[in-house]
Amino acid sequence: MIHKEMIAMLLAGGQGSRLGVLTSNVAKPAVAFGGKYRIIDFPLSNCVNSGIDTVGVLTQYQPLRLNAHIGIGIPWDLDRNHGGVTVLPPYEKSDNSEWYTGTANAIYQNLNYIDSYHPEYVLILSGDHIYKMDYEVMLDFHKENNADVTIAAMPVPWEEANRFGLVITDENKQILEFEEKPENPRSNLASMGIYIFNWSVLREALVTMSEQSNCDFGKHIIPYCRENGRRLFAYEYNGYWKDVGTLGSYWEANMELIDLIPEFNLYEEYWKIYTKSEAIEPQYIAEDAVTERCIIGEDTEINGKIYGSVIGSGVVIGKNSVIRDSIIMENTVIGDNVTITKSILAENVKVGDNVELGIGEEAENQLNKSVYSFGLVTIGENSIIPSGVKVGKNTAIFGETERGDYPDGMLVSGGSIIKAGDKV
Amino acid sequence: MKALGIILAGGNNSKMQELSNKRAIAAMPVGGSYRCIDFALSNMSNSHIQKVAVLTQYNARSLNEHLSSSKWWDFGRKQGGLYVFNPTVTSDNAWWYRGTADAMYRNVDFLKKSHEPYVIIAAADCVYKMDYNKILEYHIEKKADITIVCKDMPVGEDVSRFGVVRMNEDSRIVEFEEKPMVAQSNTISAGIYVIRRRQLIEMLERCAEENRHDFVTDILIRYKNMKRIYGYKMEEYWSNIATVESYYRTNMDFLKPEVRKYFRNEPKIYSKVDDLPPAKYNIGSEVRNSLISSGCIINSKVENSILFKKVFVGKNCVVKNSIVLNDVYIGDNTHIENCIVESRDTLRANTYFSGGDGIKVVYEHNERYNI
Repeated sequence: MIHKEMIAMLLAGGQGSRLGVLTSNVAKPAVAFGGKYRIIDFPLSNCVNSGIDTVGVLTQYQPLRLNAHIGIGIPWDLDRNHGGVTVLPPYEKSDNSEWYTGTANAIYQNLNYIDSYHPEYVLILSGDHIYKMDYEVMLDFHKENNADVTIAAMPVPWEEANRFGLVITDENKQILEFEEKPENPRSNLASMGIYIFNWSVLREALVTMSEQSNCDFGKHIIPYCRENGRRLFAYEYNGYWKDVGTLGSYWEANMELIDLIPEFNLYEEYWKIYTKSEAIEPQYIAEDAVTERCIIGEDTEINGKIYGSVIGSGVVIGKNSVIRDSIIMENTVIGDNVTITKSILAENVKVGDNVELGIGEEAENQLNKSVYSFGLVTIGENSIIPSGVKVGKNTAIFGETERGDYPDGMLVSGGSIIKAGDKV
Repeated sequence: MKALGIILAGGNNSKMQELSNKRAIAAMPVGGSYRCIDFALSNMSNSHIQKVAVLTQYNARSLNEHLSSSKWWDFGRKQGGLYVFNPTVTSDNAWWYRGTADAMYRNVDFLKKSHEPYVIIAAADCVYKMDYNKILEYHIEKKADITIVCKDMPVGEDVSRFGVVRMNEDSRIVEFEEKPMVAQSNTISAGIYVIRRRQLIEMLERCAEENRHDFVTDILIRYKNMKRIYGYKMEEYWSNIATVESYYRTNMDFLKPEVRKYFRNEPKIYSKVDDLPPAKYNIGSEVRNSLISSGCIINSKVENSILFKKVFVGKNCVVKNSIVLNDVYIGDNTHIENCIVESRDTLRANTYFSGGDGIKVVYEHNERYNI
């Protein structure tokens, strides 16, 4: 009988709609981050670095990129004889087949997978946070307290506490109450969406709650456990943790990597972040290039000037082009004499010559002002930007655009051109 | 596949100076992210040769480490695989490999147990890209016993460290002189051979009986008139790295766009993946015409240079016309010009290194340890 002390279930099925065109064709955990990584690399690497060798990845929304990235788990050493990584999409059953309708429902539909490893503990993770955490230390905490459920929680500034789901604990960190976005917070410990359950406790809760529609950990399972007198503890985490749920926070988290000594340090020897990388060649910095305050991935060719930016693998930047405060993902090609300011360009984008991105005054985005704000230009994958056009702020472009799509050669601030993928 | 591969990676060469103190030539880092043996290995893999033996001897630790997994080159299949043969003591032999032919003879069981009709033998100290199937076709078409890949070197180039050949109009090799005092031609052997497996076994056994050990002098040159030995002229990029000068020059070739493009086009050269973060450029970094590898952190000036993986360049430094191997820490205010800096070293702040008109190998022996 295969027996694992703890296995991880990684929720990677969400769309992440607040990332706009970046997630039109890609699940959020598969979005590129930090020059060579994808968001899911962080929880996956945390798992292997914490000694967890069995990880179920629950996928649903646009899983192609994610599946291709994970494969059989070789980059994370998760190609194992027993365990390793398994991608778990929703599947048809003899009756009552359904999509994953909530985070806990997704786990419920994979009871058999978890049972087959006979674990004592199950770690629930989400695939859209940037952080380094030793789950083994959290498990030790869980065992010490003889807990049924342990929730990772981090202190947030008191003035922002009203934006989070908070846990209220006694002096031993046992959880007394929960508060969801309260007006007058009584605690500043915010739940990070990382849970360790005793498998028997979780299993019982999932089975009992199986009829609950959209069954969710935060809304249903955790309250159920509390109401039934389970021992709930909060594990306080004090390191770097970032939810990259919006374009603004995604951009910010990337920019933070550029700081001289970044709070989130990718250069540590003993907590490596692993990823599947196809490119291994070094980057070429040309004679007239400038690279100041930036991080640059492998196999890139920089002929222009880069200030304060994150450049992915395989990117080519033309002569006299100036890139400032921007994120450019894998294999994107930028022409000559291009100026790019505060923009996010997804993978395989082609930008012609003499293009200007991110100019003028900010204006509210007409399509979706809550998504496309922060003054950013956001360009979806495989898009084409023709030579000579100008693009304002709070704009979105997705698809193969032509000169004619830009009235007077200009996409004004707040405008959008969406020619591919789901309209968002 | 019709052939198996043998990579000769055991050699040392005093012309590498201190660079070969730590590693075999086959394990020398090349072009920012490769080891020299990656070229032969990737060529084998890209030519669909599934079974490859690497013969190692001299200072094999770093090479073995590099070859610790065969997955990077897509070997490690149920059919075929990557075999690393170090010399071993047996009941009837307690010698090291005494030469390339001896090295193969001592693993003749590997050849005997295989079923592939042909063998591709390749040296591990050359940088090139080649589809071995093309030479194999040529070999069959010429009804040759042995085919040697040859390369015309530019006129004026010193070829005295190579095997120099002369071919007749049918491309049959009529003269072969190893490391000649005065070269009669500028066509050299590129160290890549095709031979029928049974023919190779027979020749190796005969050599062993006669107490001869070298593949070039005791097989190629000795059998030159008896057997049909043909030359296959290779036109593409080829470079041997076995001297400090040629090692420096081969690396600097990667600063040329055409060379870089040639090697990064499909089929690709594979190497072990190190999982290092992207390179980071801080305020004060000024990089021109250089190759920078992953894991580097740069705080000052780098010009016409190649920085291998995980190099740290401190403040107010100048790195010029130099090659800095893996995992070197360069302290502040250091000047490095025309140098090759050995890997895993620490260059203290405020030091000055210059190769003058030549190339200086910098090896400070300030290794860092993890506490």
